[in-house]
Amino acid sequence: MTARYVVGIDLGTTHCALAYAELEREGASVEVLAVPQLVTAVAVEARPLLPSFVYFAHESEGACALPWDPARRFAVGEYARTRGATSPLRLLASAKSWLSHAGIDRRAGILPLDAPSDLEKISPVEASFRYLEHLSEAWDREVAKGDPSLALAEQEVVITVPASFDAGARELTVEAAMAAGIEHLTLLEEPQAALYAWIAARGDRWRKDLRVGDVVLVVDIGGGTTDFSAIAVVESPGAAGALDLARVAVGDHILLGGDNMDLALAHVARAKLEAEDREVDRWQRVALPHACREAKEQLLSDPSLASYPIAIASRGSNLLGGGLRTELTREELSRTLVLGFFPGVDASARPTSPPRAGLTAMGLPYAHDAAITKHLAAFLARQADAATAVPGFPGAARSGSLLHPTAVLFNGGVMKADALRGQVLAALDAWMKADGAGPVRPLDGSDLDLGVARGAAAYGLVRAGHGLRIRGGTARAYYVGIETPAPAVPGVPPPVSALCVAPFGMEEGTVASLPAQELCVVVGEKVSFRFFGSTVRRADVAGTRLERWKKDELTELSPIEVTLPAEGRAPGDVVPVGLRAAVTEVGTLLLEAVPVAPRTDDERWKIELSVRGEG
Amino acid sequence: MSSRRYGAGVSPPLPLLTRLWFAWACFFRVLVSGDAARRVWSSLEGEAPAAAPSPPPEVPRLPPAAPPATEVTIGPALQLLALLQREGRLVDFLEQDITAFSDADVGVAARVVHAGCRKALRAHATLGPVRTEEEGTTVTVKEGFADDEIKLSGNVKGEAPFTGVLRHRGWRATGLALPTVVRAYDQTVIAPAEVEL
Repeated sequence: MTARYVVGIDLGTTHCALAYAELEREGASVEVLAVPQLVTAVAVEARPLLPSFVYFAHESEGACALPWDPARRFAVGEYARTRGATSPLRLLASAKSWLSHAGIDRRAGILPLDAPSDLEKISPVEASFRYLEHLSEAWDREVAKGDPSLALAEQEVVITVPASFDAGARELTVEAAMAAGIEHLTLLEEPQAALYAWIAARGDRWRKDLRVGDVVLVVDIGGGTTDFSAIAVVESPGAAGALDLARVAVGDHILLGGDNMDLALAHVARAKLEAEDREVDRWQRVALPHACREAKEQLLSDPSLASYPIAIASRGSNLLGGGLRTELTREELSRTLVLGFFPGVDASARPTSPPRAGLTAMGLPYAHDAAITKHLAAFLARQADAATAVPGFPGAARSGSLLHPTAVLFNGGVMKADALRGQVLAALDAWMKADGAGPVRPLDGSDLDLGVARGAAAYGLVRAGHGLRIRGGTARAYYVGIETPAPAVPGVPPPVSALCVAPFGMEEGTVASLPAQELCVVVGEKVSFRFFGSTVRRADVAGTRLERWKKDELTELSPIEVTLPAEGRAPGDVVPVGLRAAVTEVGTLLLEAVPVAPRTDDERWKIELSVRGEG
Repeated sequence: MSSRRYGAGVSPPLPLLTRLWFAWACFFRVLVSGDAARRVWSSLEGEAPAAAPSPPPEVPRLPPAAPPATEVTIGPALQLLALLQREGRLVDFLEQDITAFSDADVGVAARVVHAGCRKALRAHATLGPVRTEEEGTTVTVKEGFADDEIKLSGNVKGEAPFTGVLRHRGWRATGLALPTVVRAYDQTVIAPAEVEL
């Protein structure tokens, strides 16, 4: 392995970014690659962020030429985003949210959802591949400059994924990366990347900012998703007084972010305009969230402004006349953002969940409740015990009903706003006080837009031995659902028990085996099992069987599947198998079925994760 | 990145650059598309092209005829104009007769133009004042000053050093980076006509 660089890639829902550092250089600094991308139909510009959009050109359009591919028929990046705004059926967005949607076949060509028939739809995996392919091509041109030994395929690459990604979504991300030719790959949770970026930015001072017993809450609010993690500062078992970091809890996948806020503000502005009998046409509706984002950023960054004007021109070449003008007042901004997204609530508040509809159109499982503070309260309550059993963490028993963070690290462009950070801090302080804990202090000094990519590169340096690594292992325990034999009762599904196959916190390179007991597969047939994950059951070991569990403890994931090849066995034979779980060096979960009576020493079959869902 | 960068006072690129891009685009089109190759061949040989089958979707349109040399040299200027129109509707604004409109209407339009053009300008040009003193203060202009940088006005007589009031700080572009054109296109189109289907 002769990688010269470590490359961190933030594969975001709305933007991607790439940062890199030289591996062998003392005190190597992390640089951000300006990514060449189409910005108009005919021109390319290098920008630090690559918007995560694919636009499929119609045959009437010229090529989406890139310096390295003059004949390309689709565009990725800024031009895709702006072109797609006026031609939305040909635009693919939010691929990452689809990638983590367990209810669909994520390898099937389904996107863009409403694509016209001349367009060949692609899968969420392929969309992720397209972003990585673009970054890889940009790297090979801008950094490697044609030198094959410097190509991205030869470098150490760290790709970030939400902490809330389950084993299946992680594996699909790896699949996309492999397709893009990325061979030396590691996955890293985004909130951890944010903390690595903060540590890198603070230099050695971070050891003064944190002490044993601290719990850092990472609040990562991106364009489309919100992700929480808790990282405990523990005493290193090696040297007295030395610090170690352990990621002790991750939150659920919440499809809620900065874009929702812009849409909410656009809704307010549109209602005002329509109250004045001004008609907002389709094109102006597209422009409204952008204008509102600008107003939001200005109002949030300058407390002296009472309002900010919103002006939308008419679409034709006559600029004056059909234009719309309104303004967003501070009161409206506060009402929409603070009350809508960051309301001051009790620690007992919980997000409302939608009533289950019998028939729903295929779509993303967007968060039903926009109140991020409620999601946060739910996270802290669910994870109240997260730090107690961690080796090296002082104070064995928990007090109160919540996890008690002592510091908070913000990430994501939305959190640039002092007012919104303040709202989260105020909520945390109130909850902590009521729960008998001390105040929570903010950790400042990270780059909220590019922190994840930078942190991923910094993690690459850590892996190479330059710095402290956050421990944690898998953020979930995994279970296979086993139907218990019972007399059939129409309308009542057979009872299911959950067999733990991979315990919580499995570290990379470790293996958990459980003896063959009740699992049988049929030779030559595809057998699928229900699959569950839990972010809270920390004590279960491989082989633990749960007959019942609390409603929120286990989440059903997309089913897993194994096919036994017929070679050497009679098709139709039933073969008892044991399960073996391993966490690979890449950071994915590998599940295998091992026959009780293997025909060769290493006979085993891979169990496919994230196969077609039932939705 | 390979954006073209010009310092202040540097002449625009040679037509050769555009010719290179055009040759590059032609090379690939001819390579990947038999149809494009046939049409290029026909135009070079002066034949009338045979009835073409409907082109497969991967075939890019034939590039427009190479523009005359005078248009090529103003390419970057047209590109900047297109940028300001795209981001800030500048051409729409300047080309419309605004006399009949109220100040409120003009204000709405001015905000659109200002916000968009400002964003575009700041993303592509680095601008700074020529003189950093506050306007209205008394400044001294030393001997040997560059007359490109400073324009003396009013009671102009005598010899340097001159003492006077700074009326305008001036502007200097220390950098201008326009997007790199990657395929042949008709540069004279500042904004395409738009037809909604």
